Amino acid sequence: MSLNKEKIKHVAKLARISVNDTKLESLAKDLNSIFKFIEQLNELNTDKVEPLTSILNQSLRSRKDQINDGKIREKILKNSPKKNEEFFVVPKVVE
Amino acid sequence: MSEITKKNLSELIDDIKAKKISSLELTKSYIKNIEKAKKLNTFVTTTFDHAIEKAKKFDNNPNFNQLLPGIPLAVKDLFCTENVKTTAGSNILNNFVPSYESTVTKNLWDSGAFLLGKLNCDEFAMGSSNETSFFGNVTNPIEDNLVPGGSSGGSSAALIADLTPATIGTDTGGSIRQPASFTGSVGLKPTYGLCSRWGIVAFASSLDQAGPMTKTVTDCAIMLEAMSGFDEKDSTSINKKKENFSKNLKDNIKGLKIGIPKEYRVANMPEEIDQLWENGKKILKNLGAKLVDISLPHTKYALPTYYIVAPAEASSNLARYDGVRYGYRSKSEKNLIEMYENTRSEGFGDEVKRRILIGTYVLSSGYYDAYYLKAQKVRKLIKNDFDDNFTKVDAIFTPSTPTSAFKIGEKTNDPVSMYLNDIFTVPANLAGLPALSLPAGLDKKGYPLGLQLIGKALDEQKILNIGYAFEKNCAYKNEIKKWWL
Repeated sequence: MSLNKEKIKHVAKLARISVNDTKLESLAKDLNSIFKFIEQLNELNTDKVEPLTSILNQSLRSRKDQINDGKIREKILKNSPKKNEEFFVVPKVVE
Repeated sequence: MSEITKKNLSELIDDIKAKKISSLELTKSYIKNIEKAKKLNTFVTTTFDHAIEKAKKFDNNPNFNQLLPGIPLAVKDLFCTENVKTTAGSNILNNFVPSYESTVTKNLWDSGAFLLGKLNCDEFAMGSSNETSFFGNVTNPIEDNLVPGGSSGGSSAALIADLTPATIGTDTGGSIRQPASFTGSVGLKPTYGLCSRWGIVAFASSLDQAGPMTKTVTDCAIMLEAMSGFDEKDSTSINKKKENFSKNLKDNIKGLKIGIPKEYRVANMPEEIDQLWENGKKILKNLGAKLVDISLPHTKYALPTYYIVAPAEASSNLARYDGVRYGYRSKSEKNLIEMYENTRSEGFGDEVKRRILIGTYVLSSGYYDAYYLKAQKVRKLIKNDFDDNFTKVDAIFTPSTPTSAFKIGEKTNDPVSMYLNDIFTVPANLAGLPALSLPAGLDKKGYPLGLQLIGKALDEQKILNIGYAFEKNCAYKNEIKKWWL
C-alpha cells in the first residue's frame, strides 16, 4: 500500500495537524518507508490468534464512586494560554 | 572538578550517613559541575535554589534512615514536578508548570532526595538519539559530536558527566536501556505496572514504564526500591508489597538457567557486539550459571508491531494538546479548527507529527483491522514466545543494542534506520517484562556497549542479582575524559 499526498492530507485533517504542501513530498517518502517496514507483519498468518488487550495478569480495579478532588479551578486555569477568571477562552464557535 | 561527584550513589549515601560530607557540600559540588557542563546541553531547567534550601534543611535535621538521605537528583523532563516547568522536550509544553507531582518523583522525595533539575529528552520521548528535543540535542560525554542515545539522553549524559549521582528515565521501546548502553551505564526498565505512570507525560500507555539509570547495579536497586510501589492513581499499577531490592542483592547465581535466544544474532551486527556477547556468556558460565539455547521466533516482528502500537497510543494520548487548557497556542486562530491545526503544527516537531500521523492512520476507519488489530495479534505471539521460554529459563541474555553510539546527524534523515536502534529492547516492552542493560565493554572506537538481561514479570530481583554478579566479574570500567571543561 502506498500513502499518496491526498491520503496524507486526509489523515492530517483527522489528526488536526496542518501540513504545509511543500512538506508533503518528504513526509510521503518517510511514511511510505515506515509502512513498508511495518508491513512485514503480513508475512505472519494470525487468523487463529487472539489479540493481546492487556499485558497484566489482573483485571482493572474498580474504585469507590466518590469525590476525592475538586475546588481547584485556579490551578486548572493556571496554565491556559487564554482564559478569563472562570473559563478557558476559544475562538467563537457559534455565530 | 570535585572528586566527590565521581562516586556512586551508594558510596555517597554511606558518606552522608557517616557525616563525611554534608548534603549541602554534595549539592554545591553537583551545581558546580552542572554550571561547567553547559556544552553537553543536558539540563532544560535547573532548580538550584530549591536544592540548596532542601540540602540545608536536611543537614539541620537529618534522617539517616531514609533510602536517599539528602541526595540531590536530576530527573528526565517527562516527570511532572509541582511548580517546576515540565516540557517533555516539546515546544507545545514549553511553558507548562504542573500543579502536581508525579508519583514516581514524589516517592524519591519521600525517600529523602530532592530535585536538582530537569533533564533534556527526545520530544515526548520519541527518539533514539535525543535529537528530536525542541531544546536541542544532547552531546554524549564519551566524545564530542556523539549522541547519548534516546529518549532519556539528557539523563544518561548527565549521569556519566557526574552532574547527578543517579537519575530516572522512562522506557517505552528502549528509552532507558539504549542510552544506558551508549554511555556505559546501568539502566532498568521495570515490569509494566511496578512504577506508577501517574504524572508522567504519556507517550504509549500500554508500554511506558519509568526506571532507574545509574552507575552501578547496587545504585539501580536502591533507586528502584525508592521509586516503585503501588499507586491507586494508576489503573494499571500492580498491587503488591514493596520489595527491598538493595538489601536483597546477592551475587550468587549458581545454577540459574540463562536463555540465549538465537534470533538476537542479527545480520549486519558488528562482530564486536557478538564478541562482547560471547564474553558475557563466559562470565555468567564461570559464575555457575547454565546457558541454554532458546528460540524467540517472533523477535523480528517486534519492531514493526511496536511501530503500530506505540504511534496508535501516542496519537490518542497527544490529542489533548489543543492549545486550550495548557501549553502552546498558535497566534493564528481564525476559528476553532484552524486554531487546533496551527497549534499542533507549530507546537509539535517533525518526528512527533510523523508518529501522530502513523497512529491516526492505523486507527482510522477501514485500516484498523489491517494494522492495529494485526499488531495486537502479533504482540500476543511475541508475549507467548517469552511465556514459553520462561518455563525453561530464569532470565534471557542478549546484546542491548545492535550498534554503539553514532554521530549527531548521522541517522536523522532516515527514520527506519533510527528505529532499528531499538530492535533488541522493544520486545520486553511489548511483553511487559523487566529488562536490565549492563555496561559490558568498549568497541574499537572506544564507545561503550551494553548487554541486556530480560526477566520474568516481577522478577526484578533476579536480574538485578545476575547483573550484580556480572558487574563484579566484568573487567570494564567507564572512564570519562571531561573534554567539555
